[in-house]
Parts: sequence; structure tokens; C-alpha cells
Amino acid sequence: MGLGKITAREVMAKRAAQEVKNGMIVNLGIGIPSLIPNYLDKDASVMFHAENGVLGMGPTPRKGEEDENLCNAAGLPVTLIPGSSYFDSSIAFAIIRRGLLDLTVLGALEVSQNGDLANWIVPGKRVPGIGGAMDLAQKSKKVIVLMNHTNKNGEPKIVSKCSLPLTSPKCVDLIITDMAVIEVKKDSGELWLNEVMAPYTIRDVIEKTGAPLFVNQDIIVHNWE
Amino acid sequence: MQINTFGKIIRIEEALSFFQDDMVLMFGGFGGIGNPPTLIKGILEKGIKNLTLIGNDTGFPDVGIGQLVTAKRVRKMITTHIGSNPNAGKQMTDGTLDIEFSPQGTFIERVRAGGVGLGGVLVDIGIDSVIDINKQRVSVSGKEYLVETPLTADVSIVYAKKADPFGNLVFDKSARNSNPYVAMAGNITIVEVDEIVPLGSLNPEEIIVPGAFVHYIVQSEGVDWKWVWEK
Repeated sequence: MGLGKITAREVMAKRAAQEVKNGMIVNLGIGIPSLIPNYLDKDASVMFHAENGVLGMGPTPRKGEEDENLCNAAGLPVTLIPGSSYFDSSIAFAIIRRGLLDLTVLGALEVSQNGDLANWIVPGKRVPGIGGAMDLAQKSKKVIVLMNHTNKNGEPKIVSKCSLPLTSPKCVDLIITDMAVIEVKKDSGELWLNEVMAPYTIRDVIEKTGAPLFVNQDIIVHNWE
Repeated sequence: MQINTFGKIIRIEEALSFFQDDMVLMFGGFGGIGNPPTLIKGILEKGIKNLTLIGNDTGFPDVGIGQLVTAKRVRKMITTHIGSNPNAGKQMTDGTLDIEFSPQGTFIERVRAGGVGLGGVLVDIGIDSVIDINKQRVSVSGKEYLVETPLTADVSIVYAKKADPFGNLVFDKSARNSNPYVAMAGNITIVEVDEIVPLGSLNPEEIIVPGAFVHYIVQSEGVDWKWVWEK
């Protein structure tokens, strides 16, 4: 991706990690969001939540030390941190529906300029399923989408209106891609370009975005290495 | 084998007599973890087909409940996620597997509603979305909710860490997941456990599901598949 030593996935995870603050209860989606803990301070006090019924997940166990009955929602082994708890999946979603998640980080197929999220179905082609995405997107205090700026064909995934069925309307607060960080002002339906990932330029980002972008006059250019 | 005071402890062969073609079968587990391996193996070997399955997800192709989907034993499924089992997606596209999606938090509340004897639950998740088809609505204190219907099954199959002869259950870490409510929602509930312990040996404070909900208990022979992360 022209980003030197650090891959686009790592750039996105590293930038998203800056949104994770001490004291937060956080749910991370599968894929790139699951890399975020690698970029947090070792002494960060964050409670990671899993839909299957764990609060307080720690790092991936070392090979050979996995416990088949201690896994995250993607079915991959995890460990616990002090203060963690087990519960059933009804309680896991009680935490979500009651609005107790400070942050959720999800992948997306499309995001619209007013923060509509589509990430669970491509009708007639691919239906991975909703899983917990509707609950998470609709009820988390903050929703960050972590995704490539364009799809496999190089077409924008940030659009003025989603063409795919929605996971949840007006739910996305921040979009972090391999090219940019874009804030969604849900009330006005405006997208603000706040940060650009070099070597991409503001012009590159505007070209690859399928909705009007307002460029922050104090825009930050990141040179990740 | 413990003293079978309540007649609930049965051999796997006896447990298999409760499974028939065309039945509605509910299973505990999440991503394969907490699926009862020995019961699933028995259902596969007995050749049970045309199942309506109710459970969180379709597992992985060779893991847990996913094996029943892979072997084309399932006609209909009420679930939340099929992405980790490509066979489910393919059968759905081919029209041989009918899938009803529920959002995950709504799904477990529907199972819970069935298990606790409620007529349904009021949920605002997915309102006006593509899952909001022919769903009844009610307004409570000025807020709109979908009426989500309860789920029960002819038989529920459950995995737990330990049971005593009355069927009091304790679970193991994240393998608890949907299992407690699935145990409550079966007209007949069969629990597969790692260990059957003497009556009185479980701390009453620790019991997650009281034995009143459990009809039968079988000894697990353990997982006979490779987990995705082991490959």
C-alpha cells in the first residue's frame, strides 16, 4: 500500500488504539479491530467485552497454553486480566443494550455520510449474518468503523447513501481507513476529513470518497513508520 | 457413575432415542465452543435429517453443530450468524437451507423468553431494518418496540462442565454462552457433561441452572474435532 514498513492494517489498528481510553468498556469486531490491543499501553486499564460472555479479556495466549473453553466471539483463544468475569450471552447483550459499552470498533461494507452502517449482507451474494452487529452499532456510546477506504474494485465504501441493507442507521461516529480519519457529524450529515495517512493526499482521499467531504483546516498528516 | 437418584443419568444410546427426523432441535454453544460433542456425533451417526435447528450460529464446517449443516441434515435454521461456515451460505443460496436471522442479543432473549415461559420480548434492535418483516409492534411509554416471539424446541442439547444427579449445572468459562437458556427452553433437555458429581457436592451458590430444567444427563466423551486455531 506504499506505507513502508507498517502495513495498512497496522496503521488502522494503531490509529484506532488512540481512541481507546483508560476505564473504557470496549467491544472489538473480528479482523482488523482485533489487532487494536497490540497498540495499547501495557498498563492501560481497559475492559474488553465479548458477546459470548466475557468481560476483561487479555492478550492471545502463547501457543500450547490455549484453553478451548476460553475464547472470544470469533472462537479464538484469549486470556483474562484481573477483574474479569464470565456470564451468559444474555448478560453479554444486556451490557450492550443498556448502553454500557463506551466503544465498539467494527468493519463495514458501506458507511454513509450521515453515519448509516451496512456490514452484514450483500443480498443474493454473501450473507455472513448479523451476529451482534445490530445490537452493537445501535447501542454503543461510540461506534468506530475500521475498513479499507475502497472495495476490491477500488470503488468508494464511504457513500452519500448506502445501497446495501443497513445494520443500523445514523450510528457511526468515526471512520478510520488506510487513507484517512473521517469524523461523521450525524446531526448535520457531514463528513469531516480530519487526518490523512501519508503518502495519500487530501486529493486522493476526496477522489476515493463517494460523498462530500469537508476538509478540516487543522488537518493532521500522519507519517506512520 | 453416581447414584442415579432421579433417574436422569442415561447412556448416550438411550439419549439418541429422543432424536427423530423433522424435529425442532435447539443447541447450546457459540462458535462451536459449548456445543455438546458426543450428542452431535450421535445425531450424525444415527442419520437424523430434515432438522429445524435453533442456535447462535452454524459453527465451522468441521466443528460442533457445523458438522450437521455440512452433512446436509438441516432444513431450517433460526440463528444469528453463518459466516464461519461456508456450507451454510452455499446451501442457503442453493435454496436447500432456510435461514431466519435474529440479531444476536434478540436471539438469546427469544430463547430466554421460551425458557422462562414468557409470551415474547419487546426489543428495539433492528427496528425498520430488513429483519423487521411482519413483526408486530407495540408502543410503551411513547417508544416503539418489536414483539419478538419466544423460542422453544422438542429437544434442547446442552454442554456443561458438571452436573449432579438432579441436573444442577455449572459451566466452564466462555463455554457457558447460550447454554443456560437453551437448557431452559427445551421440552426435553439433555445435558452432556464432562463430569457427573455426587448430589450435594456442588455449592448451591455456584449453580447456574437448577436441575428442575434438566431431564437427562449424559457423560461426554470429549471433543472429537480440531479447533480452527489448532490447524
